Amino acid sequence: MSDLPILEMTGIDKTFPGVKALQQVDFRLFPGEIHTLMGQNGAGKSTLINVLTGVFPHDLGEIRLAGRPVSFAAPLEAEAAGIQTLYQEVNLCPNLSVAENIFAGRHPKKRGTIDWKAINTKTREALAALDLFVDVTRSLDSYPIAVQQMVAIARAVSVDASVLILDEPTSSLDDGEVARLFAVLRRLREAGMAILFVTHFLEQTYAVSDRITVMRNGTREGEYLAKDLPVDVLVAKMTGREGANEALKADASDAARSASAAAPFLSMQGVGRRGLMSPVDLDVCPGQIVGLAGLLGSGRTETARLVFGAERADTGTMRIDGHSVKLASPRDAVRHGIACCPEDRKKEGIVAALSIRENIILALQARRGWWRLLSYARQRKMAEQYIAQLGIKAHDAEQPIGLLSGGNQQKVLLARWLATEPKLLILDEPTRGIDVAAKFEIMDRVRSLCAKGLAILFISSEMSEVVRVSHKIAVLRDRRKVAEIAGEHLSEDQVYQLIAGGQS
Amino acid sequence: MKRLHALARHQLLWPALTLILLILLDVAHRASFLSLTILDGHLFGAPIDILNRAAPLVIVSLGMTLVIATRGIDISVGATVAMAGAAAAVILEADPSRVGMALGAALAVGLLAGMWNGLLVAFVGMQPIIATLILMVAGRGVAQLLTGGQIIPIGAEGYLRLGDGYLAMVPCSVWIALVVSVVLTLLVNRTALGLFVRAIGINPVATRLVGLRSSAIVFGVYVICGLMAAVAGIIISSNVRSADGNNAGLLLELDAILAVTLGGTSLLGGRFSLGGTVLGALIIQTLTYTTYSIGVPPEATLVVKAVVVIVVSVIQSEAARAMLLKPMKNLFSPARQRASTGTSTS
Amino acid sequence: MRKLTGRLADPRTLPIVATIVLFVALFGFGSVMYTGFFSMQVLTGLLVDNAFLLVVAIGMTFVILSGGIDLSVGAVVALTTILCAVGAEWLHWPIWIVVPIVLVFGTLYGAAMGVLIHFFRLQPFIITLAGMFLARGACFLITTQSITINEPTFHAVASLSLPLGGGSLNAGALIGIAALVVAIFIAHFTRFGRNVYAIGGNERSALLMGLPVARTKIAVYALSGFCAALGGVIFTLYVLSGYGLQAQGMELDAIAATVIGGTLLTGGVGYVIGSLFGVGILGTIQTLITFDGTLSSWWTRIVIGALLCVFCLLQRMIERQAGRRRTGGAGLGPRSKEPSNGGQRRPEQHGGGDPVTMV
Repeated sequence: MSDLPILEMTGIDKTFPGVKALQQVDFRLFPGEIHTLMGQNGAGKSTLINVLTGVFPHDLGEIRLAGRPVSFAAPLEAEAAGIQTLYQEVNLCPNLSVAENIFAGRHPKKRGTIDWKAINTKTREALAALDLFVDVTRSLDSYPIAVQQMVAIARAVSVDASVLILDEPTSSLDDGEVARLFAVLRRLREAGMAILFVTHFLEQTYAVSDRITVMRNGTREGEYLAKDLPVDVLVAKMTGREGANEALKADASDAARSASAAAPFLSMQGVGRRGLMSPVDLDVCPGQIVGLAGLLGSGRTETARLVFGAERADTGTMRIDGHSVKLASPRDAVRHGIACCPEDRKKEGIVAALSIRENIILALQARRGWWRLLSYARQRKMAEQYIAQLGIKAHDAEQPIGLLSGGNQQKVLLARWLATEPKLLILDEPTRGIDVAAKFEIMDRVRSLCAKGLAILFISSEMSEVVRVSHKIAVLRDRRKVAEIAGEHLSEDQVYQLIAGGQS
Repeated sequence: MKRLHALARHQLLWPALTLILLILLDVAHRASFLSLTILDGHLFGAPIDILNRAAPLVIVSLGMTLVIATRGIDISVGATVAMAGAAAAVILEADPSRVGMALGAALAVGLLAGMWNGLLVAFVGMQPIIATLILMVAGRGVAQLLTGGQIIPIGAEGYLRLGDGYLAMVPCSVWIALVVSVVLTLLVNRTALGLFVRAIGINPVATRLVGLRSSAIVFGVYVICGLMAAVAGIIISSNVRSADGNNAGLLLELDAILAVTLGGTSLLGGRFSLGGTVLGALIIQTLTYTTYSIGVPPEATLVVKAVVVIVVSVIQSEAARAMLLKPMKNLFSPARQRASTGTSTS
Repeated sequence: MRKLTGRLADPRTLPIVATIVLFVALFGFGSVMYTGFFSMQVLTGLLVDNAFLLVVAIGMTFVILSGGIDLSVGAVVALTTILCAVGAEWLHWPIWIVVPIVLVFGTLYGAAMGVLIHFFRLQPFIITLAGMFLARGACFLITTQSITINEPTFHAVASLSLPLGGGSLNAGALIGIAALVVAIFIAHFTRFGRNVYAIGGNERSALLMGLPVARTKIAVYALSGFCAALGGVIFTLYVLSGYGLQAQGMELDAIAATVIGGTLLTGGVGYVIGSLFGVGILGTIQTLITFDGTLSSWWTRIVIGALLCVFCLLQRMIERQAGRRRTGGAGLGPRSKEPSNGGQRRPEQHGGGDPVTMV
């Protein structure tokens, strides 16, 4: 590692309407090091990178590249200056050959025509430098993602990048491929490349990083040398466990944490899907709230999708009320009495141009079929009933749902599924982006339903919520379930220890 | 908020205005445009003429509306029109008294065509334009096959009444179009079909996660479209008293898409308006009539249609709106700060 | 040898292999069934009769490779014949003045559509449809009758003949061959050609890689317009008249030839030479039917439709395979966001969701 940083960001501020995404963030990157940026959802990692690469401008602060102040107006400018970004989705052209992807737009020419021989030769050389030996004339998508990423890296190197940013590159790779990728990164590091690595996998962070910068809520928590930062401290800094406790332990009328003696409504054994989630065992009993706890990317939503049939499991068995079932689609799940409020409510939840009323009755109507339309009077009644019960703030039920605030949209989604009178309700981040009062309203509602026998699978990034409300918590890490805790006194510390547990 | 409300309610505003404008143009040109007379116990007049000629287009466009609402398209309707007419003509040629069977055959052809398209789009997963392109190409061949390459004249009395005849002073074809409109409107509003179609078009991902079996609905929508094309084929072949495999329904799909667009339904799917489509079809027909009566050569109609398509598309496009809004945004919002040379604050 | 068979079975090249096999099979079938089929006369006749379609299909191939579509080509061909006839008969200009003007016109026409499509992000289907309306309308505005061309320079070029074996090639066929050679060169040896493939593969990635997307997309439609005009010139020499009702449905034939030639309608995959075989197949079917004498000519439509169907199904199966390979790959794949139901496929990687457009 050299002494002077090749990249220095100081005092970066970025505000979006209503949200301060970055606050006085400093960041520096040295050549010949691998520097990992870590943080939870909303911590500001992506915003920082977007600001650096010119996706949008920063409001305050300064960026210096190799000592010179720079300000990029577009990602292409950053690329031209030597900052190459590789995203999780490989941004290459799958139909072109490996060689062509590396030289796209700058094919070497001989006498006015493209010199294919030179391209192929140079590509082989570039890949050999990364210890990759493949047929460069075959199309890119005939190779697995791991190889495609290497090609993307080779392209970055071949355009003389001085800074390489890798945004969560390992989500699509298995252990062997991750090891190969890291070997390549180490090789690049030895050659003097400055590498900024963003990931949420704890093990990988420690496997490859020289330095770690932790971000939380738009500020930089700190910059540490990886060897000096124990994992539990890292986890604490990411989640802000130390210091002020923001969660109000308001009327902690925690539901009775009695271990449920009833037979489980849902029983999953070894249910998983290759490429998505390692096999999981989970039981959910009626009237029970089971929380899925874990860091971002640990597999909580993936598990929920398997339960809801949104992804088809390829291993394991699922039992509902004792009968073995195969959930091939959400339709099957709904028929069995499962409901799900998805995490990404904008993309997967609300049907924006439809009215509140239509959104509320949609799932129920879907189950009834196209012929038996709920009468308009009944629809209105249902809509009004839920608007009142859940405190949805809207002029009237005919408003398009797209106009409501996030919190109210969430309530409408909740109403939609409650209307189907489910036996198991999956709530994936139901309180994200919602004000405190609404949060409590929703959680109260959920708990009272639970008392009536509804089983709930609860996912939330706010650990305090999960701990406060769940009867039993399944702890996930890196796409597998690592522990399950239940009982009277669940605590956040317990959960965090389990998440960090087993670290070297 | 209130203005959005009002606009949403008056979704039919623009098409209605356009139609009225055209009518005014006609009246200005010939004051007697709107007058209706009764001759031989039948209603006569320019408006009746327009309605009569517009009937097949209205019917096909209604089917097309539902398909487009699911983010699809069906460019084979013209070919289906030809096939349906050919099927009916062949049966009537053999025995002019079997009108019922002829009608049944024509409708069956439309049903099969729709099922074929629906199968390719909803279950095989082909892009709708490609899937329906296949039938568009092959369909005319099938129609020719049925007619043996000839233009088969139709003389069956009962059949001809459908296209040419009158019922209670109003042409039969207009009645058929009316009935079809009513049936489809009922189907869309009195069952959950309309809701499902809209949901699929607006957000197919969320629709799947709500437990809806989209493929069945998409399939059904193409079947309806095929059926509508068959009905239109019956009227057209009855009107011209023959089945022409080559020319029946030529360019009809393009007019139908145009009618749907003019009626306010977006080609990107989602919310749709059957009423708007009817208005759109009437606009096209009135346009044809107007250009003819004003003295503009009928060939110019194509040019006018082209310009209208482009203008409507540009208006509907987000990019155009963004281009218009950008100068306005720059005017009103403060200039964005750029930290340039060392003006960092700490 | 194994490498070759591996290459052949590669899903990208499988369609064109199928095409060539089909062409050879059809031609072989004809040779067996009918005497005189397997002759230079028939082969050159195939080229002479379909040269205009070949040129138009070449332009269409580039457009489809870029992920778009051009429905206006048939109308532009008709307009070209009329413009040539007008130039020859009304203005009495010789062929070497008329043709360059017409070619420039075609190029600009295509470029205009390309500008609308790219900058307003409009769907190629709709804009080129409007282009088709416009061109046809322009035809009829100029004249509704057919104009016969008597201009001597046109006749001179039209009667050019190059004997080859038992048959002969005319000017049109020679132009067609030249166009093919140039097109293959552009597709494989120029940056423009490679950019077209890149954009068709993933427009967003192409943009992020710094490729000149706007320039390329507009140029591709300009090229299609040029090819349509050139095809129109060849057609004019073929029929020696200008008439607005000609070339109805030619765009569909060009699309069919391109698809049957192994080019994927989703873009990014295909070979220009494939369109040669696609046109060859269409022409052979027509010739077979003519030779047979008993089959009606409309069987052509049905057979073409059936071929189109088979090739599209093949393409769909290939797409499904590719999709499966992506998610079920070696280990933790990205969370699949697309619904697996068949109807509303949203090809995000192709830069757009709605099925009306090819992009």
